[in-house]
Amino acid sequence: MSSASPRRRVLPGFGLTLGFTLLYLSLIVLVPLSTLALRTASMGWGPFWATVTSPRVLASYRLTFGASLAAAALNGVFGLVVAWVLARHRFPGQKVVDALVDLPFALPTAVAGIALTSLYSPNGWFGRPLEAMGLKVAFTPLGIVVALTFIGLPFVVRTLQPVIEDLDVEVEEAAASLGAGRRQTFAHVILPALFPAWLTGFALAFARALGEYGSVVFIAGNMPMRTEITSLLIITKLEQYDYAGATAIAVVMLVASFLLLGAINRLQSWASRRGAAA
Amino acid sequence: MSIEVRNVTKKFGTFTAVDDVSVTVPAGELVALLGPSGSGKTSLLRIIAGLETPDAGIVFFEGEDQAQRDVRVRRVGFVFQHYALFRHMTVFENVAFGLRVRPRASRPSVADIRAKVMDLLKLVQLDWLADRRPSELSGGQRQRVALARALAVEPKVLLLDEPFGSLDARIRQELRRWLRRLHDDIRLTSVFVTHDQEEALDVADRVVVMNRGRIEQIGTPQEVFEHPATPFVMTFIGQSAVFAGTVQGGKAFLGSLAAVDFPAHLHEEARPAAGYARPHELEVTRIENGGGGLWATLRHASPAGAVVKLELTDPEGGSLQVEVTREQHEALQAGVGESLYVKPRKLRIFVQEDATSDAPDTPRAPRA
Repeated sequence: MSSASPRRRVLPGFGLTLGFTLLYLSLIVLVPLSTLALRTASMGWGPFWATVTSPRVLASYRLTFGASLAAAALNGVFGLVVAWVLARHRFPGQKVVDALVDLPFALPTAVAGIALTSLYSPNGWFGRPLEAMGLKVAFTPLGIVVALTFIGLPFVVRTLQPVIEDLDVEVEEAAASLGAGRRQTFAHVILPALFPAWLTGFALAFARALGEYGSVVFIAGNMPMRTEITSLLIITKLEQYDYAGATAIAVVMLVASFLLLGAINRLQSWASRRGAAA
Repeated sequence: MSIEVRNVTKKFGTFTAVDDVSVTVPAGELVALLGPSGSGKTSLLRIIAGLETPDAGIVFFEGEDQAQRDVRVRRVGFVFQHYALFRHMTVFENVAFGLRVRPRASRPSVADIRAKVMDLLKLVQLDWLADRRPSELSGGQRQRVALARALAVEPKVLLLDEPFGSLDARIRQELRRWLRRLHDDIRLTSVFVTHDQEEALDVADRVVVMNRGRIEQIGTPQEVFEHPATPFVMTFIGQSAVFAGTVQGGKAFLGSLAAVDFPAHLHEEARPAAGYARPHELEVTRIENGGGGLWATLRHASPAGAVVKLELTDPEGGSLQVEVTREQHEALQAGVGESLYVKPRKLRIFVQEDATSDAPDTPRAPRA
């Protein structure tokens, strides 16, 4: 028992697998991202600051982060409902509904964008009645939220579904036998158990929405200062051969996303430590 | 508070889990529901709790029909087999849960909840672990937290599903003696489910033996052990030697044993029957001791313990388990391979009711 050598593992090859992991991540993630930073560094501090704080760029940050948060929150609520129904109930056509959830994963985002735009445009199926009620969706920030909600849904559902399936029904019965009503059981017993997975799903949907381009550009209308998302602004800069400007905006985006996701991750690991598996 | 179950039936699909069962639990008693898996004991417990709705029949608490009252308002303390503790809460929060979810009007103050929970944790000897989470506790500790949590709502009956099922043998014994003492202190009407006959006989005031959704016998531990009502109870509780044969005209002809009087069946028509004897009710000698027994070959003797266990093979190749005292074993001086004369001092004879009657063999497995 008193061996000084490092703890022996059942499966060998830690060194090999770690080396592979680092190499792979470098090739796929780190090298491309560092060229981004290098490209940006070539422009100098002054022009960089001017580019990333120009009113049009700031407006696009606000829109992108705001709409992504709104979409992730919407998915957080309704994705939970969908995941709950799929995991807990058996009904005819369930397999079809289950498959439908994955559709936003598989569909080319441009297709989704075109479909949503034609639905919500002022003479579309949804757009016309909504316009009659005084609500404009297409070519407004609301339209962007709709598109981002569409593409983010599977992330929340697919992370929550297996966790809900694994929930011990006995725990709910225990709560009921102690006199808890359905709402109390849900709020105090079920939600805390789902919270770590819910946060993961939320973070994934949020991250996906931040980088989304294809589905948004059709429905957004892309009016500067109003409905222009950051990804589009980057493309616009690229089309004007302003590579440094494009990468500068991208770097800010990247850092902001990284910080936000890091914060969510911290929260998530704290939550799952609280409810550590028995 | 007394519990009465009257003609309760519960089906899951085509499988009848509980089949027209009636049983009464007097106030303050500790009753065991004993049976093999799939015998319907857990279903019956869940019906009493209100976690399951019976297809037919009525459950009464203190003479009051519980059909319209669901588990939330029945005031039962239910301890689940795998404890079902709330993993994200501390031990304290788990026990306090039942008090904290009460409607504001009847909810005790924060200080009262604290005092009550700490009292309960002292009762189950876990007050020093109040701030731990369930994942940091051992199985026996979790079990006691589950019990304290159930007691916190001041239940009128306590129901326990295989309370010691997932613990190792030593903790199991300790905990069941402890549960018995706890029951003697608080005198709460309690029902627990077990498949372990030793546990049931050791702890309960009264044992309800179940098989295939029906009750085979209700009685004190001594009654079901000494006077089993059916072949199933005879074989399920304790070991026994079986001598299969027939009864006819007031006599029983069982295996290699000599015919014995059996006035309960005077009919001239032969019926299949079987005689059962406990290992300590068999007498072993070197000589043919007055007749009526059979010769068997000694296969193995295990002299460890207060009694010596002998394993013998009868002429038909069947195995016989016999228990003798150490003195008898020493006097016998028998070696393996020797022939010994075995004679039952006491024989319980059960006549097979009809062709479809339950054979006292392995129970039907439950359907998923």
